[in-house]
Amino acid sequence: MEILIGVLEEGLIYAVIALGIYITYKILDFPDLSVDGTFPLGGAVTAALLSVKVIPVLALLFSFICGALAGIVTGLIHVKLKVRDLLSGIITMTGLYSVNLRIAGKANVPLFSKTTVFSGIGTMPVPEGLKPFMTAIIILVIVLVSKILLDAYLKTRSGYLLRAVGDNELLVTSLARDKGMVKIIGLAIANGFASLAGSIYCQQKQVFDINMGTGTMVIGLASVIIGIKLLEKVPFVKTTTAVIIGSIIYKACVSIAIALGMAASDLKLITALLFLVILIFSMDRKKGSRKKAPQHA
Amino acid sequence: MLELKNICKNYNQGTVNEMCLFRDFNLNIDKGEFVSVVGSNGSGKTSMLNLICGSIPLDSGSICIGGKDISDMPEYRRSRIIGRVYQNPAMGTCPDMTILENMSMADTKNKSFNLKPGTSKERISWYRSMLSELGLGLEDKMNVKVGTLSGGQRQAMALIMSTMTPIEFLILDEHTAALDPKTAEIIMHLTDKIVKEKNLTTIMVTHNLRYAVEYGNRLIMMHEGKCIIDKKGKEKEDIRIEDILEKFNAISIEVGN
Repeated sequence: MEILIGVLEEGLIYAVIALGIYITYKILDFPDLSVDGTFPLGGAVTAALLSVKVIPVLALLFSFICGALAGIVTGLIHVKLKVRDLLSGIITMTGLYSVNLRIAGKANVPLFSKTTVFSGIGTMPVPEGLKPFMTAIIILVIVLVSKILLDAYLKTRSGYLLRAVGDNELLVTSLARDKGMVKIIGLAIANGFASLAGSIYCQQKQVFDINMGTGTMVIGLASVIIGIKLLEKVPFVKTTTAVIIGSIIYKACVSIAIALGMAASDLKLITALLFLVILIFSMDRKKGSRKKAPQHA
Repeated sequence: MLELKNICKNYNQGTVNEMCLFRDFNLNIDKGEFVSVVGSNGSGKTSMLNLICGSIPLDSGSICIGGKDISDMPEYRRSRIIGRVYQNPAMGTCPDMTILENMSMADTKNKSFNLKPGTSKERISWYRSMLSELGLGLEDKMNVKVGTLSGGQRQAMALIMSTMTPIEFLILDEHTAALDPKTAEIIMHLTDKIVKEKNLTTIMVTHNLRYAVEYGNRLIMMHEGKCIIDKKGKEKEDIRIEDILEKFNAISIEVGN
């Protein structure tokens, strides 16, 4: 039971990152490594704000804004300075490590005594049986709000343009729009989500750690790929829903690996290997369908 | 209307493969002209279009539209007044978006891409009527992704999308070359209709000599970065495919094929 709740909580937190990575990887086709820096950035901002007793919800909002700014930096490095996409992300990610340390003050900031969005659970008027789930439910609410806002955005004129730039850059130019600007907007939103996830993560774990960002990109990307691969054939499931479910499935897989006897210190190794398996699996299916095609014909 | 003045363009500058394509190239196109451009591969047709649209930079010279120098304007800004249809039908549309979404985007060109709904419901019937005029049945597939359409259907959409908002210039870059003969014919008819209806100044590059002779009111033949035939008005009407072919043969002998 506890494992299940843990999987839900962590899966939902990483689902927020997955929403962001869905934008960069799937829509923009941009391998954005800055999320490894913006996820802890959200944590650092939250640690700093909660220490001076800012309302926890504002910490969430402010983390999103800081992440978006970092995303804009990556975008500017790529678009204006013409640095390759992968390298732009790495530059931002590396720089953010020091920025995060400055914001948080030190490498490890405990937040046990601070008020967070989860602090009120003990006094909430809900049935006793529901209490253990309340953390997951609060995170779910944040995830759903994020998802609904993102879905709504993708249906606006600006959202159309964002989808178009990943689909056919040339058309954006034909529509008299600067494709670089559109990419920057996409990176801003994506990193805003990663940073928001970092804020939730720190409020839930009640601690900020400078190294919490390692592997964020891999976990998020794995979630996106699992979600889209598993649910692409299911009707009426939006891609944003698929990546949220993908994130929970991915966390479940990691939990199972640990339950089967792997040590907690092997976590990153499991993360990497599982990602590799997913990549190979998703490629195999593509190849398979190509091989099959001529037989049918 | 459009003036190309003293254009110079070199490729691979500073290497052993340096090639001078345009040296002091000049061309004037008047408002309302429909210019067909023919010429062998490497004669500079597509390079000329790319220079006009700003897809490749000029080495020297200037490009003016309506008296305004646009030589330093980035490509996306020039797109405000230029519509372009490419040879590859996939380049004028977004394959992962639906017909309706593509049409809506084209309709939003030169307006603000803000947080208003991407598709305006009142406009849908207008999109439908435009598509139904094509007779390709696209009006009943509004929510189908464009990537599933055939090349001809996509090219028809690309043409409609690039001329939906008011433009001063239409640029057609071998836009029928990737289509089967029958579809090419349909697209060519559609092009002619749109150009006449909207009275667009048009440049059409084509390898199809019949189209070059049949359509438009001016014909240019290019060779090694120069215009070697330039006929308009009555002279253009009198020109026959045989005349152009003869010139082609003469050039081929000259360069030794």
